[in-house]
Amino acid sequence: MAGLAADNLTCIKRDRVLFTDLSFALLPGRLIYLRGPNGAGKTSLLRILTGLSAPDAGELSLDGQPLERQRDTFNQQLIYVGHKAGLNGALTAMENLRFWCAQHGAEFVPADTYRVLALLGLVGLEEVPVRMLSAGQQRRVALSRLWLKKATYWILDEPFTALDTDGIALLEKHMRQHVAQNGAIITTSHQPLSDLAGPMEELVLEYRL
Amino acid sequence: MNGLYQGIFKRDIALAFRQRSELAQPLMFLLMVITLFPLGIGPGPMTLQKIGPGVIWIAAILSSLLAMERIFRDDFWDGSLEQYMLSGLPVSAIAGVKVLVHWLVSFLPLALFSPLLALFLNLTVDMYVALMLTLVLGTPLLSLVGAIAVGLTVGLQRGGVLLALLLIPVFIPLLIFATSAVDSAALQLPYRAQLAIIGAMLLLAMAAAPFAIAYALKVSQN
Amino acid sequence: MWKWLHPYAKPERAYQLCVTLQPYFLWPGILCLVIGSIWGLAFAPQDYQQGDSFRIIYIHVPSAILSMSTYTAMAVAALVGIVWQWRTAFMAMIAMAPIGAVVTFIALFTGAAWGKPMWGAWWVWDARLTSELILLFLYLGVIALYGAFEDKQQAGKAAGVMALVGVVNVPIIHYSVEWWNTLHQGATISKFDKPSIAPEMLWPLLIALLGLALFIAAVTVMRMKNEIIRREYHRPWVKALAAQALGDNHAV
Repeated sequence: MAGLAADNLTCIKRDRVLFTDLSFALLPGRLIYLRGPNGAGKTSLLRILTGLSAPDAGELSLDGQPLERQRDTFNQQLIYVGHKAGLNGALTAMENLRFWCAQHGAEFVPADTYRVLALLGLVGLEEVPVRMLSAGQQRRVALSRLWLKKATYWILDEPFTALDTDGIALLEKHMRQHVAQNGAIITTSHQPLSDLAGPMEELVLEYRL
Repeated sequence: MNGLYQGIFKRDIALAFRQRSELAQPLMFLLMVITLFPLGIGPGPMTLQKIGPGVIWIAAILSSLLAMERIFRDDFWDGSLEQYMLSGLPVSAIAGVKVLVHWLVSFLPLALFSPLLALFLNLTVDMYVALMLTLVLGTPLLSLVGAIAVGLTVGLQRGGVLLALLLIPVFIPLLIFATSAVDSAALQLPYRAQLAIIGAMLLLAMAAAPFAIAYALKVSQN
Repeated sequence: MWKWLHPYAKPERAYQLCVTLQPYFLWPGILCLVIGSIWGLAFAPQDYQQGDSFRIIYIHVPSAILSMSTYTAMAVAALVGIVWQWRTAFMAMIAMAPIGAVVTFIALFTGAAWGKPMWGAWWVWDARLTSELILLFLYLGVIALYGAFEDKQQAGKAAGVMALVGVVNVPIIHYSVEWWNTLHQGATISKFDKPSIAPEMLWPLLIALLGLALFIAAVTVMRMKNEIIRREYHRPWVKALAAQALGDNHAV
C-alpha cells in the first residue's frame, strides 16, 4: 500500500491516554485535516508521524514497509512545519533558509529563494535578522520551505497561525496545488480550511479523560 | 556530508560572533570570582600560590556552568533542533560539532585569558605551563559531559540551577587531577600521570558522550 | 534467552511480581536487621583499641556498602529501560533513588559520628566519607532531575541517563578522592582500612548487611508498587484492583 500508514497508534502523555488504536493512512494526492479540541493530542500525533517522538504502541509504515527501516527515505520526502518556526532569530531569512536547504538535501538557488520570499510578501526583508520580523512574517519565512524543497509529505502543525487573510489564501492555494501534483498533506488548523484548499478528508481526535 | 557539518560549524561560529556579548559574560564572571579570592583570603603571595590552581579551576567550572546552556538552548526553543532531527543527519554527529564550537568559543578565550589569571594568583612559570595543559585537556571534557546534562534539561523552563546540581559532582575528579597536576608542577615534580588520566577521561567522554547527548536530546523532544 | 523477563515490562505484571516478592524481602530483612543489630551492639566483643565506639560499624559498613550497590542497581535498571524501552525499569530505578539517598545519608551520618570519638571532630575529609558525600550529591541530582519533569515517562528516561553518567563516574570519583586524600593527609591512617576482623565480629556484620539489603529490596518493591499505581491509576486493571480492595474492606 502506498503512502504513510499508521496502525493502532497509542500515545500517552503525562500518564494521560491521548489516543489509542488510531489507524489511518495518508495517501499521495490527499489532504487530511486533523481536528480536535485543545489537548486532544493533535500535535503529539503529528510529532509521532514525523518520527520526532515515538508512539507508546503501534506501528508506522511507508509504502507498506515499516517506517523505522526507511527513515532516511522518509526524511527526504518530508517537510514538517511545527509550532516552532525553526528559524534562528539572529540569522537573516536567507541565511536560515540556505542552512536549512543544505541540511535537508534541497538545492539552494538564491534567485529562486528571493522569488519565493517575494511571493510571500517579504521583499526587502530577506537580509534582516529574523528576530526583527513580525510573527506573521516569521511564519511566512518558515512556510517558504514548502516552496523550496520538493517533498511528497507535508506535516503542518497550525500553519495558519499569525497569518493574515492573504497569507492564508496563498498557503491554501499552494496546498491544493501540491495535492493535485500527487502530494500528501496532513494539517491541523483552528479555523476551518476554506474551499481554496480543495477536497479534504477529516480526521477527528476527541478529548479523553 | 562533510560539507553539511562544515555548514553547521560555520553557522554556529557566526551565531557566536553575533552574540559575542553573551560569550564575554562568563569570562567576566570568571575574572571577578578570581578577584574575590585575594580580597577574601588575603593577598599574601604564598597563600595565593597555594590556592591559585584550585581557585582558577573552580572558577572555570562555575563560569562554564553559566555558559553551558548555550549549546542547545536557542536551537531547542526556536525549533531548529526539530529540523536537525528530521534532516536525516545523525544527531550524535551534529551534537559533536556543536560541542566543538561551544568549546572553541567559550574555552579558547579562557586559555587566552589564563596568563592574566596566573599573574593575579602569583603562579610560577612551571605552574602556568601545567595549568595551560590541564585546561587544554580538561575543558573539552567539561563541554562534552556538560552537553549531556544540557540535553536533558534544555526543555525545562528553569533548568539553570538544576544543571549545576547535576554537573558539579561529575566534575570533581577533573578538578582533583587538574589541580594536583599544577601542584606537582609547583614542586618541580612530574605530572604526566595526572595529564594521562585527564586524557583518558577525555577519550572516554569523546567516545560515549555524543550518543548520550543524542539520546538526551531525543528525550527532551518527546 | 531473556524472554521470560519480558512480560514484566508490563506494569500490571510488574505489580503482581512486586506483590509476590514483598513478603520474601520484608520479613527476613527485618529479622536479619534485628538479629544483626542486637548481636553487634550488645553481644559482639569490644574492639581493643576503640572500645565500644567501634560498634557503629554494624550500621555504618552495611549502609556504606549498600549505598554504592543501590546506585549500581539503579544504573542497571536505567540501562534496561533505555535499551529495551521498559517503562517499568525506569519506575524501579526511581523507586530506588530516595532509598539509596537515605542509606547514603545514614552512612555519612554514622561515619561522621564515629569521627567524633576517634578524631575529636564531627567531620573530617576522609576519603571514604568524601566519596559518600559526592555519591549523595549524585543521588540528589537524579532525584531533582526526575522531579523537574512533569511528564514522568520523560522524567524517568532523563533521570536514567543521569544515573548512567553517574555510575561511570562513581569509580573515577572513588579513586580520585582516595588519591586526593593521600596527597593531602599522607600520614593519617584511615580508620576504614580493612583490618583482619575477628569472626565473632564478622558474623553480626554480615547478618546486618544481608538484613539491610533485603530491607532495601522490600522498600524498593513497596515504592515501586506505589509508583505503578500512581502512574496507571486510570487503567482498567488498577480500577479493578481498587474495586476489589474496597469490596474486601466492606466484607470486613
